[in-house]
Amino acid sequence: MSTGAVALGGRTERQRIWATFLRNRVSLVGVVLAIGLAAVSIAAPLLTAWSPFNQDTAQRLRPPGGLHLLGQDTFGRDVLARILYAGRVSLLVGVGAVALGGLTGTAMGLVAGYYGGRVESVLMRFVDILMAFPSLLLGLIVLAVLGPGLGKMIFAIGIVLSPPFARIAHGATLSLVRQEFVDAARAVGAGAWRIVVGHILRNILGELVVLCGLLAAGAIRIEASLSFIGLGVSPPTPTWGNMIREGTPYLIDAPWLSVAPGVAILLAVLAFNLVGDALRDVIDPRLRV
Amino acid sequence: MIRYVLSRLLFALPIFLGVITIVFVIVRILPGDPAQAALGDYASPDAVAALRQRLGLDRPIPLQYGGYVAGLVRGDLGKSLITGAPVRDEIVHNLPYTLQLTLLALIIGTLAGVPVGVMNALTRNRLPDSIGRVVSLFGLSVPAYYLGILLILLFAIELRLLPAVGAGDLTSPGDALRHLILPAATLGLVMAAAVARFTRSTVLNTLGQDFVRTARAKGLQPRVVTIRHTLRAALIPIVSLAGLWSIGLIGDSVTTEIVFARPGLGSMMVGAMLQRDYTSLQSVMVVYTAFVVLINLATDLAYGFIDPRIRY
Repeated sequence: MSTGAVALGGRTERQRIWATFLRNRVSLVGVVLAIGLAAVSIAAPLLTAWSPFNQDTAQRLRPPGGLHLLGQDTFGRDVLARILYAGRVSLLVGVGAVALGGLTGTAMGLVAGYYGGRVESVLMRFVDILMAFPSLLLGLIVLAVLGPGLGKMIFAIGIVLSPPFARIAHGATLSLVRQEFVDAARAVGAGAWRIVVGHILRNILGELVVLCGLLAAGAIRIEASLSFIGLGVSPPTPTWGNMIREGTPYLIDAPWLSVAPGVAILLAVLAFNLVGDALRDVIDPRLRV
Repeated sequence: MIRYVLSRLLFALPIFLGVITIVFVIVRILPGDPAQAALGDYASPDAVAALRQRLGLDRPIPLQYGGYVAGLVRGDLGKSLITGAPVRDEIVHNLPYTLQLTLLALIIGTLAGVPVGVMNALTRNRLPDSIGRVVSLFGLSVPAYYLGILLILLFAIELRLLPAVGAGDLTSPGDALRHLILPAATLGLVMAAAVARFTRSTVLNTLGQDFVRTARAKGLQPRVVTIRHTLRAALIPIVSLAGLWSIGLIGDSVTTEIVFARPGLGSMMVGAMLQRDYTSLQSVMVVYTAFVVLINLATDLAYGFIDPRIRY
């Protein structure tokens, strides 16, 4: 091994991580499923010849089978094509909201923990107040303010996801800021930015990555619920949530309209739950709940 | 004890004030004019101005805020922008439906989740454990409203056993209960998945502790060790998360009420949102968050009953 980081047991840190990861086959299934779903929705135009928008009202509510594998909806649009394209929205919102919530939450927690005093009490009380909202309701009211749109959906769910990041970053910063290596860094003249980012953030990066994995599943779930309620990305752009919503009036005659996109949500949330578990097992087994 | 409750209430008060302030601020910056929305696009500017004045929307924002908080203190939740009726009456009308739903769901979630979790822990890594874990993993991943749709398809449309929509006639307990079963089972099963998963790991942790080994060593029956020693100790972390699960239940109850076309706070809130009825929207949010604050308080107090080491 030329990388240098050789552990006493003869295995590098990287080898240890891979070993832990491969030993748990369930996690592997989750990772494969998540990558598969992302690949399938990105490659949607290659996988289906149907457009998610083209209407064929003569064939409305046609059951699954034949050329339309999952049938056709109220406007005669191909359900499978719509599910494949809808995956783009869900995954984009999942990744985007976690990134946004992670950045703002972590920044709030780091600043509060590092500076302390009034900055800390104002920021952390604000986080407490955000935590008092049930997450779906907070997203709902923010989205009601902002109106429809993909970016707004990411923003609303990002706000919902920020408090847990702030709590973890704040707690970790509080315990790290009093340690000797931080004093040492300060003694050699490092500024606040360098200490916070280079020393404190680096130490808690593992925990934050684990949280990202666990919250990505939550983000996809909240997105699906909000678009089921009728908020967020507006029709005709398909999302799994608004497809279920559009299918509910036809539960008796055309149950596949609601059942099929629900399976997609189930698989996506399941995949990210498993990815979250896998990240936790590999990076920080102490966090196991 | 009373001192502790009071001090916790005092601690919860600023959080609650923060919540209503945030809701107020968010609702004020909503796009569109509430008076215009209430009267429709073709209303004359004079009529809109008159309604704005009547609703107090022409007053400066700080004055509106002061009036709103003062009203809340008196228990006045304002008047609906759409119907003009007091919002409190509508909330009082809808609240029982939501309370019935979430309470029954809480019972189902606990009664189904805890035993499954204990069973999983006791049969660790054997077949019953694996089955239980896979099922609860799916339960954790399924959105409540989707499970609701599947239950409707099976029990209402296919088997025709239970009604799928509405809340039934509240004056006839049998009818109301029949309408309550499917939605409450939906919410309860979603919650049971989280409960089972957490109970499993908590019981496993407890089983490894010294006092359990001692209890076994002195020859107690396995059942007594499980229930009296293990489960009782494991109950503390479980109760601490019960509050969290109840709060999750509130969010899921909104979508569940929509799927089952049930009256309730969630349906009221979504209706108010679609109609731009800002006073109703604001007040329902306040009621929901008041429940969250109360649940958190109740959780703190519940520790004392379960764990005799904790005294206030």
